[in-house]
Amino acid sequence: MSLWSRHKIFETNSIILIIGVLIVISIGGLVEIVPLFYLKSTIEKVEGIRPYTPLELAGRNIYVREGCYNCHSQMVRPLRDEVERYGHYSLAAESMYDRPFQWGSKRTGPDLARVGNKYSDDWHRDHLKDPRAGVPGSIMPSYPWLEKNELDMAAIAEDMKVQALLGVPYGEEMLKKAESDVRIQANADDPNAVDLAKRYPNAQSRNFDGNPQKVTEADALIAYLQMLGTQVDFKLYDNKANVR
Amino acid sequence: MTIGEAGSALAFAALALLSIIIAAKAYAPEYAFHAYLFAAASVAAVFAIVNRYYERPAALPAQTINGKPNYNLGPVKFATIASVFWGVAGFTIGLLIATQLAFPALNFDTSWLSFGRMRPLHTSAVIFAFGGNVLIGSSFYVVQRTCRARLAGDIAPWFVVLGYNFFIIIAGTGYLLGITQGKEYAEPEWYADLWLTIVWVTYLLVFLGTVMRRKEPHIYVANWFYLGFILTIAVLHLGNNATIPVSIFSPKSYIVWSGVQDALVQWWYGHNAVGFFLTAGFLAIMYYFIPKRAERPVYSYRLSIVHFWALIFTYIWAGPHHLHYTALPDWAQTLGMVFSVILWMPSWGGMINGLMTLSGAWDKLRTDPVLRLMVVSVAFYGMATFEGPLMSVKAVNSLSHYTDWTIGHVHSGALGWVAYVSFGAIYCLVPWLWNKKELYSMKAVSWHFWISTLGIVLYISSMWVAGILQGLMWRAYTSLGFLEYSFIETVEAMHPFYIIRALGGALFVAGSLIMAWNVWKTITTAEAAEEEVLPAQPALIAAE
Repeated sequence: MSLWSRHKIFETNSIILIIGVLIVISIGGLVEIVPLFYLKSTIEKVEGIRPYTPLELAGRNIYVREGCYNCHSQMVRPLRDEVERYGHYSLAAESMYDRPFQWGSKRTGPDLARVGNKYSDDWHRDHLKDPRAGVPGSIMPSYPWLEKNELDMAAIAEDMKVQALLGVPYGEEMLKKAESDVRIQANADDPNAVDLAKRYPNAQSRNFDGNPQKVTEADALIAYLQMLGTQVDFKLYDNKANVR
Repeated sequence: MTIGEAGSALAFAALALLSIIIAAKAYAPEYAFHAYLFAAASVAAVFAIVNRYYERPAALPAQTINGKPNYNLGPVKFATIASVFWGVAGFTIGLLIATQLAFPALNFDTSWLSFGRMRPLHTSAVIFAFGGNVLIGSSFYVVQRTCRARLAGDIAPWFVVLGYNFFIIIAGTGYLLGITQGKEYAEPEWYADLWLTIVWVTYLLVFLGTVMRRKEPHIYVANWFYLGFILTIAVLHLGNNATIPVSIFSPKSYIVWSGVQDALVQWWYGHNAVGFFLTAGFLAIMYYFIPKRAERPVYSYRLSIVHFWALIFTYIWAGPHHLHYTALPDWAQTLGMVFSVILWMPSWGGMINGLMTLSGAWDKLRTDPVLRLMVVSVAFYGMATFEGPLMSVKAVNSLSHYTDWTIGHVHSGALGWVAYVSFGAIYCLVPWLWNKKELYSMKAVSWHFWISTLGIVLYISSMWVAGILQGLMWRAYTSLGFLEYSFIETVEAMHPFYIIRALGGALFVAGSLIMAWNVWKTITTAEAAEEEVLPAQPALIAAE
């Protein structure tokens, strides 16, 4: 019996065909994906990575909602020009709390992995409202509604609870104070900002959108953008310690 | 009333009730809107099922009539019309977002019209709405014909077709309202995903049930590809949408994977959406419609066996090539690259099998524009599957990644291969389904072909130039060792190419409108066909 005629079993029995297909398509995915969960070298050990503050998390959700990832990557590759243009190449650890990851696949606009603290809050506010006011050649859409919409933070503690369930180190206190932490961080000179910084080291607290009347979506988004890529101190980072 | 009818009606009634409760307590008005849509659709479903019960004859449709299979073509007709509609809609949205990139004022400072929300609408409309309806419709047709059996299930095939299109509406309106998971090509949120899972499992059962009822000893090669596509998409969908909703009253969910693991799961899904949705599924179409239209058997039976198994095995490995030079470990990137290069071979196996089926019938390309569309689609498939492995090589990818070269590559596959083979299938199916002798106008098919081919050429050549230019500008240095261009200069350099691309897109939309008109005229006015005589032997026997 030739090998070709042995294939008859797949052609005449649909259940065997299905089982064959399932086995064949499982191999590649299992070999590539499963080790990422147990190889310790996959995510570097780095100082400074902390979960998002409630305000940053809300800002991140707006980033996702508006589909920013369609045009902006958050992944600096270890290539000479990228490191010079954007900063130190991205580490896996820097996105370890990202659900979903936002590495992106297209740079219609520049990479944002290290945009934090590069521009002022005012620049971001004006740029989001009308990108062409400051950058005439920009093709980014305007987002005038962000500084008008009040931030919906009613469910932010529930969001964090789900993340905690998935292993993000949000403690009891963080969950309890989630909503008030949003207000503290979006307020200029809030007396509780020191307390917030204890829960979230290096969290920047101020009025991000320049409007003290209310906490807006622009507050949240700018807070998120201003922390992007700032958690690791690359003067202290030793990449040799993480040689794979 | 059958158990199926009663059970479905009860299930839909329960869903309507649940939806109304959710709508009342929803965290966000957008989510409440979706809950009301679910409620309205469920009530409509209950009404349709009960109404159908009172209208229909006491006995369910017979499996055979005078010894011939009594094919169930209603759901196929619906999916065919839906695919024409979604095709025109999806291409038009693509044209809009292409124009937005050239003229940002076209975002109109409106949230739901802005590029970030419209782009997922475009990709989902063309891939899942247009492509999905072509796949579901054609698979329901092909599986019945090649198995010589009526479609399994009574309400189930209608549930698949209508339920799938309802998923499209939920997904699409969700993007515009800002409801998204933020994962490319997997943007629909948890409740839409859950709904799709139910529809998809039913789809698998209907398809498999029909295969099991077959009157032919062998399962035809097209059905292997359809089965591979349906099964793998189910696995990918479940893996990449493993999320935990914040609450049943919230549209928001968080994915269980994070960061680097989420990235690889996403591109395992993303690349195999290409591999199984846009390739295996459409190869099934190629394996039925090209031999049928050319009236020639498939070129090589052995090649189809080898390339089927090789293709589905190899594709799964290729995902990491979307993550070259990222924080994904090097070993995974290298594996992805190696298998992507290997993938060239099984891909070309399929191309050769499709093209060589024309052996002895090449002259038909001159006289039959429908066959021409399909043959050119296979040629585009060959080109795109050569370009893909090339771009997956890390050195090439360091230049091409993040640029419009990728967009050009995707469209040479999406427009040239997927859309063209779909157009071919639609042009074949419409006269067959509505019992017409031929299409209303062959000349219009010819016009469609040439106009959209010109569109594709403008599209992909402008994106090649744009992408390579952009990649080179990003890495250009002055003689003093400084980066030569600021980022915004590289954006401004894209402007003329974005206009040429939009022009190409406009031609492609124009072509699809000609098709919509031709399909409409065929259904309403074309001359009826004579009574079909079923051959005693299966029409398609592979040559050795």
